[in-house]
Amino acid sequence: MSMFVKFLVAAVGSGTPLLFGTLGEIVNEKAGHLNLGVEGMMSLGACAGFMVGYVSDNFLLALLAAFAAGALGGLLYAVLTVTFMADQNVTGLTLTIFGIGLSNFIGIYMLGRSETGSLKLPETITRQMRNIHIPKLSDLPVVGELLFSYNPFVYLGIALAILLAFYFKRTKTGLNVRAIGENPGAAAAAGIPVTKWKYLHLLLGGGICGIGGAYCVMIINGGVWISNSVGGLGWIAVALVIFATWSPAKALFGSLVFGALRVLKYYNFFKLDIPIAIYDMLPFLVTALVLVLTSIRQSREKAQPASCGVNYFREER
Amino acid sequence: MSSGKEPLIRTAKRADLPRYQIYLLRAAALLLALVAGGLFILCLGHNPLVIYATIIKGAFRSPMVIQATIKIMIPLFICSLGVTVAFKMRFWNIGAEGQLIMGAVFASYFALFHSDWPHWVLIIVMIIAGFAGGGLFGLIPAYFNAKWGTNETLFTLMLNYIALNIICLLRDTVWADPKSPGFPKIARFAQNSQLDKLFGVQMGWIFGLILLIFVFVYLKYTKHGYEISVVGNSHGTAKYAGMNVKKIILRTMFLSGGICGIAGMAQATGSDMTLATGVAGGVGFTAIIVAWLAQLNPWGILLVSFLFSVLEKGSTVIQSEYGLSADCADVLQGIILFCVLASEFFLRYQFVLRKKGGGRS
Repeated sequence: MSMFVKFLVAAVGSGTPLLFGTLGEIVNEKAGHLNLGVEGMMSLGACAGFMVGYVSDNFLLALLAAFAAGALGGLLYAVLTVTFMADQNVTGLTLTIFGIGLSNFIGIYMLGRSETGSLKLPETITRQMRNIHIPKLSDLPVVGELLFSYNPFVYLGIALAILLAFYFKRTKTGLNVRAIGENPGAAAAAGIPVTKWKYLHLLLGGGICGIGGAYCVMIINGGVWISNSVGGLGWIAVALVIFATWSPAKALFGSLVFGALRVLKYYNFFKLDIPIAIYDMLPFLVTALVLVLTSIRQSREKAQPASCGVNYFREER
Repeated sequence: MSSGKEPLIRTAKRADLPRYQIYLLRAAALLLALVAGGLFILCLGHNPLVIYATIIKGAFRSPMVIQATIKIMIPLFICSLGVTVAFKMRFWNIGAEGQLIMGAVFASYFALFHSDWPHWVLIIVMIIAGFAGGGLFGLIPAYFNAKWGTNETLFTLMLNYIALNIICLLRDTVWADPKSPGFPKIARFAQNSQLDKLFGVQMGWIFGLILLIFVFVYLKYTKHGYEISVVGNSHGTAKYAGMNVKKIILRTMFLSGGICGIAGMAQATGSDMTLATGVAGGVGFTAIIVAWLAQLNPWGILLVSFLFSVLEKGSTVIQSEYGLSADCADVLQGIILFCVLASEFFLRYQFVLRKKGGGRS
């Protein structure tokens, strides 16, 4: 039992960066943009978050920097795809290559200037991003461990998912944005400011991805800088968007499942001798399966927003 | 809209530009990218001109270095040709990475277990195996797309990681080298299974040149090539003209994946001499960018993939000489592409400023 609790706790921890990446990408896709730059925006966020945290020793500043860097990546993408109507796939891929490259480049540049030859976050910030401890609540058996003993990112991610679910389902702006994602022409005809909402949501999505990147380097890597700190999680997040069928609430569940799949190999529950590669392959296999099944069922509700991948030009029909 | 005024700047279509203006525009974009990259280098306290010169010198300093540059270029060039075939059909094959890997896996089977075959028979079998491996892996998303309209961008993306883990699986289990201590590894290919060298570089470059001619002719002068461009423009038109759209999608993706598979075969048997997890190493993604930058023109791909390889190789030199990371290549590639992406806009559109007074039009 205690082993299973530990497994669940680890699953939540490894699912959190995926949750941020997924939520960011969902926000992007709801506005009609398939952004393949998640990995790049996460890398930018990781770099900015870490470096600002390293210099300022302030957790909040680091978070803001990660958000800002991710949003800047999103802005770059928005300028190119919304205003300049560049191809979304190519722009996204470039953003990924650029983001990873720039983040590694700056990291190595800073490493070269550090006296110890390594970069580690200072003490105050390490304490601030540690797992929370609420007296009594966190000490409860099982429940305390399962619910009240994570680092601040986890709670931020859960709150964000719930907020976004509410936003896209219940608020006027959220519904308008979904209309843009489905059919920007019709949305514009209804008087919705298409360009403005596209820009804002591409920025917002990028920022959320950035925070996910910060998680990778600050929590997963234990606050020590290494190159390629995001290590492909951004691509899993793109997959997870499909698994969650473009719903922020299901992203919560999905990231727990994918997080569990990612740590399952360390907990051999069934005493089976399965090669690790199979475990690593599972998230992608499951996603491919979901992709095929949703397309066979032709369900409109659970599909990608219709205008994803196609840029909108007002004077063209 | 509420004000009823024309916006200050609006976007409008423009007439087609003459050819020389298109080239001028691209040159301007490249120049802008070099200036932007230069500013970045300047911020780090280095002279951009010196750094650029070092990159170029770094890729051409000696015959051996030039050979190394070509070696980097081989898989990138072949893969770019592969994705071009699919892109002409507007089929977003983001799975070149996976198809390259499967080509390498299929070829490696023969390299590992049939190294006793006569050399040239083995090489030819490995080429066919590489083509088949990549092609079959390209068929999977094509089949689902043709049958149910499954999103090919996302599906091919997933297959990349499935392919990567297939290598890991083989490495850790059935193909693990029993003689290798520590971490499991796939054995080095026997001499007989290795691709020969020609002018000091593995033969992959010959494959590349042959494929260049093939893809150029195939897309431009054959019936298949014509069908691809019709399907790319509109499935409806193609059906109306009596074409079998499903068959064309399947055939084209088999070819596209197969070409990427040959890139994998060349990389594994010619450069790595084993099947490593890094056999693709992001080449499949860069290939998409190369193909796009070259406007899906095979000769353009030759030029762009060469320039990217120079950048890649030269950046390793600025790492050793100036302590700037070789990731510089990725940053510069990104900047160049961002500028070109933006410049493409001006080929088709223009910004129109509101006329004085700015009333309703």
